[in-house]
Parts: sequence; structure tokens; C-alpha cells
Amino acid sequence: MLDPFTSALLLQSGYNTALVAIGAALLGISAGSGGAFLFLRKRALVSDAVAHATLPGVGIAFMVMVALGSDGRNLLGLLLGSALSAGLGLLVVEWITRRTRLAEDAAIGAVLSVFFGFGIVLLTIIQTMARGKQAGLEGFLLGSTAGMLFQDAVIIAIGGACAIAALVLLRRPMTLVAFDPEFAAASGVSVRMVDLAMMGFVMAVTVIGLKIVGLVLIVAMLIIPSVTARFWTDRTERLVGIAGVIGGASGYVGAAISASAPGLPTGPIIVLVCFGSFAASLLLAPNRGVLASILRHRRFQVRVHRRQGLLALARGEPIFDPLTLAVLRRAGLIRKDGVATEAGRAQSAKVLRDERRWEIARQIHQDEAVSGRYDGLTPIEAVLTRDEIAEIDRRIGGPAPVGGVV
Amino acid sequence: MPVAVQLASRDGRAVHPAASADDPLAVQGLTVSYGEKPALFSIDATVPPGRMAAIIGPNGAGKSTLLKAVLGIVPALSGTVTVFGVPLAKSRHRITYVPQRASVDWDFPTRVIDVVLMGLYRELGLLHLVRRHHREKALACLDRVGMADFAGRQIGQLSGGQQQRVFLARALAQNADLYLLDEPFAGVDAATEKAIIDVLKSLKAEKRTVVCVHHDLATVADYFDHVLLINVRKIAEGPVATTFTADNLQAAYGGRLATAHIDQLKLPVI
Repeated sequence: MLDPFTSALLLQSGYNTALVAIGAALLGISAGSGGAFLFLRKRALVSDAVAHATLPGVGIAFMVMVALGSDGRNLLGLLLGSALSAGLGLLVVEWITRRTRLAEDAAIGAVLSVFFGFGIVLLTIIQTMARGKQAGLEGFLLGSTAGMLFQDAVIIAIGGACAIAALVLLRRPMTLVAFDPEFAAASGVSVRMVDLAMMGFVMAVTVIGLKIVGLVLIVAMLIIPSVTARFWTDRTERLVGIAGVIGGASGYVGAAISASAPGLPTGPIIVLVCFGSFAASLLLAPNRGVLASILRHRRFQVRVHRRQGLLALARGEPIFDPLTLAVLRRAGLIRKDGVATEAGRAQSAKVLRDERRWEIARQIHQDEAVSGRYDGLTPIEAVLTRDEIAEIDRRIGGPAPVGGVV
Repeated sequence: MPVAVQLASRDGRAVHPAASADDPLAVQGLTVSYGEKPALFSIDATVPPGRMAAIIGPNGAGKSTLLKAVLGIVPALSGTVTVFGVPLAKSRHRITYVPQRASVDWDFPTRVIDVVLMGLYRELGLLHLVRRHHREKALACLDRVGMADFAGRQIGQLSGGQQQRVFLARALAQNADLYLLDEPFAGVDAATEKAIIDVLKSLKAEKRTVVCVHHDLATVADYFDHVLLINVRKIAEGPVATTFTADNLQAAYGGRLATAHIDQLKLPVI
């Protein structure tokens, strides 16, 4: 017998759970990879406005469907309504930014809260309505997968596939506009159309994600995967791909976890799984991660102290810095009482000699290609050829006695 | 003057006295405003073919705005722009642009070669697939600015001068006949300045036209043969020899340019 989590992971926990897991994975892939362009365009917050602006549409669509005689629970109808009101919210943000001196973040704040507030009012009114099956409508806020039907999963799958196809077609114009909108415009790309397409994509993902993650948390699915992917790559295509994989995996694993224990909400668990990958990347990523950068800084610091310490030894100057002393002592270059060892004397003589070599090298090569590479830490042998060093040594003359610590 | 501007914008023909259909760039009555106060007011200017032209003026004179308005990046309030005798929409493929280096985020996750490939965007097919000949072309452009060894580098690792050269390579990839550059020499090292001016001179030798927003008055006479002096309005335009004069500079810069400073410039003797 498998434990609940593994069986959910292997789609063995029943029909509904399997549907939710696959739906969440598809949603995660499209939200993650599409959100990457939003992140690159530095407009991540727009997705928050779009998501919150869906709520009035859900309420109005419900009311219209009830007025037309149905029970108001048709998912396609509700999603259509939410898309219309999200589109309206988006246009209002765009209009405010273009027509007034307000920055986009202010416009987002205003639109987000007003639309959300209006949506809540509508939901409250709906609760008091006599007709229609209003129970579960508030599930659009934080997502609810309990009563997901096969047709709901099909809607999500088709929507996700269309969104990914649109991404493939638009990836280059979107990259171009995200990196350098002025050059894109000068090349004849309509920046406004590309931006609108990007926002249309966000809207589509938000709408299809309402059922699983809910409108409050969909922003996390759009943004966290690409922010996480940024830790692992310096290339746009890879960033988009990695973000899609992280989003998809988070959706799938999160859905499996929430299915493995009663009462665990799907949307928030997916977001937490996604955050887990972010936190791990933040700490552990090889180049941009926090630990790697601490280590790099520390290693550099040690090299600087080692060189400064060796120069001081060679010139017979006293060393007071405890870190310098510790570095030299650990490398076996000085004894406990601070006197240079055999190895210490040899290496300090070499450092001093290299300093002189660099001085000559800078006189010979006045171009910055060589002198620009002098940072005092790169060994001279790595920059100049053996012949060049021999020529420099000839100019310096024979090994001069190194003063001080003899 | 307003009447002439109206005529120009109505039938799109050049009314500027020196303009002809072959001119790479002709603007008439170009006015741009970010608010109530115009950034550019009724500019008429023509750049004849095969020239190296400098746009000169004090800070806030609208030099960059002029380039952006010509390219349609900022909307013009009125006026017409013709490129090689036809409206911009029909001649975009013949024009390219090098924006100011500070206008983009250099931590963007992309490599040097990818930036140059952006210049080839229009040549890619429906699916925007980058093929081998695109890559080779991009490398050739990088080689022309002395940056071929950096093709695989992350752009965040470049120095300011190297960034500027990559931007120039991206413009070269567009294989245009008219090059518009916004302060290409601002804040770059001497080696880069030399590399850029060499490339621009080779473009001129190929009968292409170069227009630079330029801030260093000391190098105008060395680098350029045509000059446009503006300070919101046009002050003067024409060959460097007759236009880049102390009087015109004084008119453009007003009190902001000390007379002593003007004396140090290599002004043409008339």
C-alpha cells in the first residue's frame, strides 16, 4: 500500500485528484513561462491588478446567467465574465499610465483595490439572492478544487495549450520589447501591441487559474517561477524554460500534497511549494545565490589579505590586522610569533618581485588591455608570456636582496 | 512659417529649400511636446547623403528627442519626417538606431550575441528561428566593432565602452543606409571611441549616412562634416566649415558656454 502522498503523486488517488494534479501542472507551466516575460519587462505587478480585476466579472457573469434562467455555475460563463472585467481593469491601468502623470504602480494600486472591492460587494449581494446556486463562488478567491469536473480540466488544458502556443510565436518580439523597447520601436515593432499581447496572456492564465489557485494567489504562479529561474541562468530562453518547469512541478507536487491530507487547500499549498523552490535557489544557486556570493566575497578577501600580508613581510612592515595574521598563519607563511617561515620569505619575495614586474609592464604596454588586467591578485604569469616576463626581469636586473625579514 | 509647415504635412512633399528626394533624412516643422512646453519647436532640417552629421546643443535642447521623434518612438505634435524621400513607415528597413547605453538594464539575462541577433529580428521567419547564417552575420558585426571574443559573454560583464560597441554591432546587423546614434561617445574609454569612429567612418566610405547626437564640442570638427545646432528651435545647419562657428555656438548655448571655452575649440576659419 502506498502512502497518500506517493499515491497522489502517481495519480493513484482517484479521478478528481488526478484531474486536479494534471490541471495544476499545465497551469503552472503556462503561468511560469509566460510570467517570465512579465518579469523581464519589469511589470510583474500588473498581473496583480489583472487578477483582482477578475472578481467583479465573476459576480456579474453569475447574475446574468441566473437572470437567463440557469443556476449560474457554468465555468465557461464565469471565466468569460472574469476575462471581460480583467480586460477592462487592464485597459484602465494602461489608460491612467498613458494619459496622466501617475506611475504604473499607483495606477495598479488604485485599479486593484477598486475592482476587488466592487467584486466583494457583488459577491455579498449574490449571497442574499434567492435564485441560483451561489455556494462555492467565493472559491474563486483562493481556489477550490473539491468539485472539479472533467470539463473544467479540459477548459484549463485547452487554455494552457493555447497560451503556450501564443508564447512560442511571440517570444522574440516580447524579448525584444522587454530588453530595449526603444530599439524595438525603432525597428518597427509595435511596443504597445506586444505589451497588450503580453497582458492578454496574463489575463488568460489568470482566468484559467481562477478555479485551481484563485485570484489572490495566481500572481505567485506568474512571478515566483521566473524569479527562481533567474538564479540559475543568464539566458532568456533558458529562463523561460526553467520557469515553466518550476511552475509545472510546483503545481503538480502541490496538488499531490494537498490531496494527501484532508483539508489542505490546493492553491496555497502550490504557492508554498513554489516558494520552497525559490528559497532553495536563493540560498544554493551556484552564481547568483546568497551562499555562493558570500563564499566568493570571503575567498576574495582572503586573497587580498594574503597579498597585503606578503608585501608587508617583504618590506619588513609590521602587520596588525588579525585577519591578515590569521590568513598568513593558516597558510604556514608565518610562525605563531609573527616571524616569516621559509615558505613565507620565498613567497613574499615573489610578490614583491611581481609588483616590480608590473610596474615595468605598465611602462612597456601603455594600452589598457594589459594594465587594465592588473588587479594585484592575478598572477603575472597568467597575463604575460614567459618571454615578456624574461624581458621585464632583464630590465629590473638580477634578484635584489629583499629588505627587512631576512 | 506655420503655413509652410501645414503644406508640408498635407502633401508630404519637401518644402525645405535644400531638400531633395534622395536625402536620407528630411524633417519639416517637427514639433514635440511632453507637456505644454515644447521639447522641440518647428524644426526643419536636412541631412544630405553620405554625410557624418552631428546634432549639437545644450542639455535639454531636445537632441535625443529629435532622434526619437524621427524614429516614431515619441509622437510628434506636428510636422513630417521623410527618410530617403518616403515616409518613415515605408523606409524603416533603411534606418537603424543606437540608443543611449543607459536606456536598458544590463543585468538582463542575455548574451552579447543574442543582443546583436536582436538586430536581425526582421530577417527571422514566422517562428523566429535563428539559423546558422544569422549567427555568422551577428559574429561578423561583432568582429567589426572588435567584440567577437565576447560573443558568449553575459552582457552584465561588459564595461561601458564594450556595451556601446555591442549596441553599435546590433545596429550594423540591420544593414541600414541611415544610422541614428544617441551620444555614442558618452562615457566610453579612448579605445572604444577610436573603434566607434573607425566604424562610422567606414560606413561613410560605404556611402551610408550617419547622424549622431554629440556632446563633445572639441571633437566635432575632427569627426563630422555636417552639423545641426539646436536648442528647442533650430539654430543653424550645414557643413561644419560654415556652420560650426562661434556665433552659432553662442546662439545655441547662450551664456552657458564661456567665450574662453569657444576660443579653445578648433573652429573653422572663415
